[in-house]
Amino acid sequence: MNSEAVHAGSHGGDGGSEHFEPKILVFCCNWCSYAGADLAGVSRLQMPPYFRTIRVMCSARVDPEFVIRAFEKGADGVLVAGCHPADCHYIGGNYRTRRRMALMKMLIQQFGFDPDRLRLEWVSAGEGEKFQKTIIEFTNTVKEMGPTPYKGGV
Amino acid sequence: MAEKIKIAQYWGAGCGGCDVALLDIDAKILDVHAIADVVFWPIGFDGKLKDIESMPDKSITVSFYNGAIRNSENEHIAKLLRQKSVVMIAFGSCACYGGTPGLANVTNKKEIFETVYKKTQSTDNPEFVTPQAHLKVKEGELELPEFWDTVKTLDQVVDVDYFMPGCPPTVNLIAMAVDAVANYVTKGTPLPPKGAVIASDKTLCDECKRERVEKGRRIEKIYQAYEITPDPKKCLLDQGIICIGPATRAGCGAMCPNAQMPCRGCMGPTRGVTDQGSSMLSALSSLLNITDSESKMSEEQIMTLMTQVKDPLGTFYAFSLPKSPLRRTVTERGKRKVS
Repeated sequence: MNSEAVHAGSHGGDGGSEHFEPKILVFCCNWCSYAGADLAGVSRLQMPPYFRTIRVMCSARVDPEFVIRAFEKGADGVLVAGCHPADCHYIGGNYRTRRRMALMKMLIQQFGFDPDRLRLEWVSAGEGEKFQKTIIEFTNTVKEMGPTPYKGGV
Repeated sequence: MAEKIKIAQYWGAGCGGCDVALLDIDAKILDVHAIADVVFWPIGFDGKLKDIESMPDKSITVSFYNGAIRNSENEHIAKLLRQKSVVMIAFGSCACYGGTPGLANVTNKKEIFETVYKKTQSTDNPEFVTPQAHLKVKEGELELPEFWDTVKTLDQVVDVDYFMPGCPPTVNLIAMAVDAVANYVTKGTPLPPKGAVIASDKTLCDECKRERVEKGRRIEKIYQAYEITPDPKKCLLDQGIICIGPATRAGCGAMCPNAQMPCRGCMGPTRGVTDQGSSMLSALSSLLNITDSESKMSEEQIMTLMTQVKDPLGTFYAFSLPKSPLRRTVTERGKRKVS
């Protein structure tokens, strides 16, 4: 991961949608998606710099509480990236992940968030381009949705 | 015997069940009587707020506050009792986690008033008269507490020393708390550390006697509790009934599962967990029907599988919404419409 890209995402409040620099949190599994993100970085694929990556050992390590916490801390979007089905380093971690994230989408919608603020994507170690494409698409979706509606739980 | 200690019990936004629970300790109430005078207990007898206001600070030994905080009066009395008490105990799920009244955080004052004072079938209120915080009449000014949009827990308003979850706290837990206070007063035994939860640190499953599948647990289909007659010996979750036990603190003795009803989570999250709802969501998702043909399942099929859970927020946060990190629902303001 290009560290410049991460740091360049520092934020400028919730101004007009044209100047809106979203805060996007990306959880990448150690074995596939982080390597995919790394490949995107070393291949110098251009991506909007508004995302921060957190490496986890498996996408199933992303406790739903992490997602809730991310929104509490002001994330405008959360992306969870893991190994393709049948490719999980831990055999079945990603199967848990996709169940959780499907239910999480229903949950955050009940909390009033646009469910598209949470996205699950499978990115393998060889898919630098897919990582780039996912980031571009997701950033555009989040920009279209605007800043997070969460205002400190009041 | 030294001078009796003073205790107070107040109800905020609650149902009164906690007040009654205090009487459920039966003969132990005599132990309470032996060491304590009750100085304030609105459900029990007539006491005036001004009497409490005129007491010196820290002159009440223990205040039990039950109910959540959802209006200015709840807040005022919470702050008053905090000021006058040495020990402040959040008594019951509502004071600890928001409880059932906390589910009002999916809506707001405007919508609640519209439902209660206008839309219900039995309401005839063409001019839509609603309670006003202040009203001038010829005899003077009338005042009612201000109703809030968001329900809060006690510890979001004042400093709380101990938490006693449960809806209501069970006799055992109350006896435990009474003993702790009594031993402190009579023998000088130190009180538990500040912030302690007067219950177990383990999960409800640890106390539950039902037999669970130890290896390869899997739920084929989710049932509502009324849809099937569960096997009386087997784990309810294994039978497809959503039981919040895995994400809930033990201490109640697993009374609901023992009575063939699934746990709804009134004891709140276990130690180290802040969000009970996502904790249960995580546990349940991992159990749902993972088979050998999993890798061929599409995301749509997964979504269909998960929509068996009809109301994730209401199911997983039945008692803990105001205490969850998000606390309440939000409204998207962007151009996109949430479908």
